Amino acid sequence: MKSNARLLFVIGALLPTLAIYGWVRVYPILDVLNLSMHEWNLISKNRPFIGFDNFVELSGDPLFHEALRNTTVIAFGVLFVTVPLAMVLAALIHSRTGSRLAGFYETSVFLPHVVSLVPAAMAWKWIFDARLGPLNAALGLFGVAPKAWLFDPVLSVVCLIVLCSWQALGFAVLIFLVGIKNLPTSLYEAARLDGATAVQSFLYVTVPMLKPIILYVSVVTLVAGFNVYGQAFVLASDAQGAPGQLVRVLVLDMLENGFRNYRVGYAAAEAVVLLLVVLALTAIQFGLLRDKGARA
Amino acid sequence: MTAAPLDDRRPTPRERAVALATDALLLAVCAVMLLPLVLLVSNAFKTPPDILRWPPAIFPREATLDNFRAVLSDTPLLRWLWNSTLFALLSTAAILTTSSIAGYVFAKFRSMPLDIVFGVILATAIVPFEVYMIPLYFNVQALGLLNTTWGLLVGYLVMSFGIFLIRQNVIASIPDELLEAARVDGAGETWIFVRIVVPLLRGPLGALGVLAFFQAWTAFAWPMIVATTKESYTVEVGLALFQTGFTVDLGRLSAAAAVVLLPSITVFSLLRRQFVQGVATSGLKD
Repeated sequence: MKSNARLLFVIGALLPTLAIYGWVRVYPILDVLNLSMHEWNLISKNRPFIGFDNFVELSGDPLFHEALRNTTVIAFGVLFVTVPLAMVLAALIHSRTGSRLAGFYETSVFLPHVVSLVPAAMAWKWIFDARLGPLNAALGLFGVAPKAWLFDPVLSVVCLIVLCSWQALGFAVLIFLVGIKNLPTSLYEAARLDGATAVQSFLYVTVPMLKPIILYVSVVTLVAGFNVYGQAFVLASDAQGAPGQLVRVLVLDMLENGFRNYRVGYAAAEAVVLLLVVLALTAIQFGLLRDKGARA
Repeated sequence: MTAAPLDDRRPTPRERAVALATDALLLAVCAVMLLPLVLLVSNAFKTPPDILRWPPAIFPREATLDNFRAVLSDTPLLRWLWNSTLFALLSTAAILTTSSIAGYVFAKFRSMPLDIVFGVILATAIVPFEVYMIPLYFNVQALGLLNTTWGLLVGYLVMSFGIFLIRQNVIASIPDELLEAARVDGAGETWIFVRIVVPLLRGPLGALGVLAFFQAWTAFAWPMIVATTKESYTVEVGLALFQTGFTVDLGRLSAAAAVVLLPSITVFSLLRRQFVQGVATSGLKD
């Protein structure tokens, strides 16, 4: 009787949520796998099964190669800028914990991570603007010739890395700060008694102790980097929105194939590639974590 | 230098110099982080020649509201703001409801089948939204909800991390004895959930709510494909398309961006603690 009531509650409460979850998460994930092996033009009732043909075609598609290359460069670029910088900043901010400015530091580093992506990207678009932007004007003071930041294929990728790092930094600093606060102070006292300088205790105590968190932040940053889209959309389209000037990234290429070229199966195959990248990164993270656990 | 001082002695001159240098460096970093946003907002109040002046000033020479007037008459910006607000509020409500129910059940009614279901939820959490948004689009299309706020909402009804967060909090902070005592007193399961569990979860639900709101407010790729009529744009989509249009008027673009930016900065500064708490726990989920 009593357990009946509990069973009824569990079913009644959970069923709607699980139904929604299945419909907006589980089913679409399975469906994208299914679609990737079909050819479908969005309208036709006919959806022939074509096995791995979409993936074979992707492997020879120059636009997809370009997208994959750009996206990979951006993701790893953001990683290499963000993670070391964030660790140093977190350590510096932590060292000023008692200071009245500590809250200000945390908030201002974190703010770019919170604000809407499009206006923030617009601010950087103005900064990078070749004619009106302050970046070229500032470089001009040092005798550097103005550059067309957003029109050069290499420079525009650099600009995207700057924008994405600026946004990702706050998250990484916050997570590292939590990690550093949880480290036992006795380690630092021991290091100090052994005559370690602040820099040494950062390199030989903080960094090794934070390894799992570094790993976590790295994977989150990489995954976010592989999903970059809005930043590229805003930053790398010129005033007339000429598509030729876009930095092609994976999500953009996928949406273009799906909704502009009406090749849904092909777009789904690209989504599956994105999924495989993310799964591989996650597997590496867990693999490295397990390594560490085994040694301890 | 991450260690707290060993005792209460006064800082040596050397330590004070290090602290001063650290502050100077950190203030410079903060300037780089904040200046793009500050200058954008300030550009919104500047006249065209003032915007082009070098070096860019933080305070406009003669502040003007012309840019705002122009942009509000050029674009349905207020309509887009309303769409985004409604979408974000509905999404927050949906995520808080689904997460608290599912998190509570997964925490307190442990059984093999439920543990398996929870495992599936954790596994799908790894998959980024961008991977499955095309099939999800067809779900919305099948319901005839394209170009509506409800259609947008379909993508943001649940949050795997939310379910996980509430489950952890229920396990950590709500003892079984409390629930058993209520049952002995004759309380029904629904009453226990609504009257005992939910009030005890106020803290984590606040943090989750802020996260959910900002997640929807800043969503881009999904609204970009689901809302394709000028009437149904969210503010992010509207702004992104407006800035690729033929207007290169920097003042107007900045004004439009400032209108979008200022509410989210205000909300963030009011709810900073919940937000930081939510993001911080998301990092410790392993």
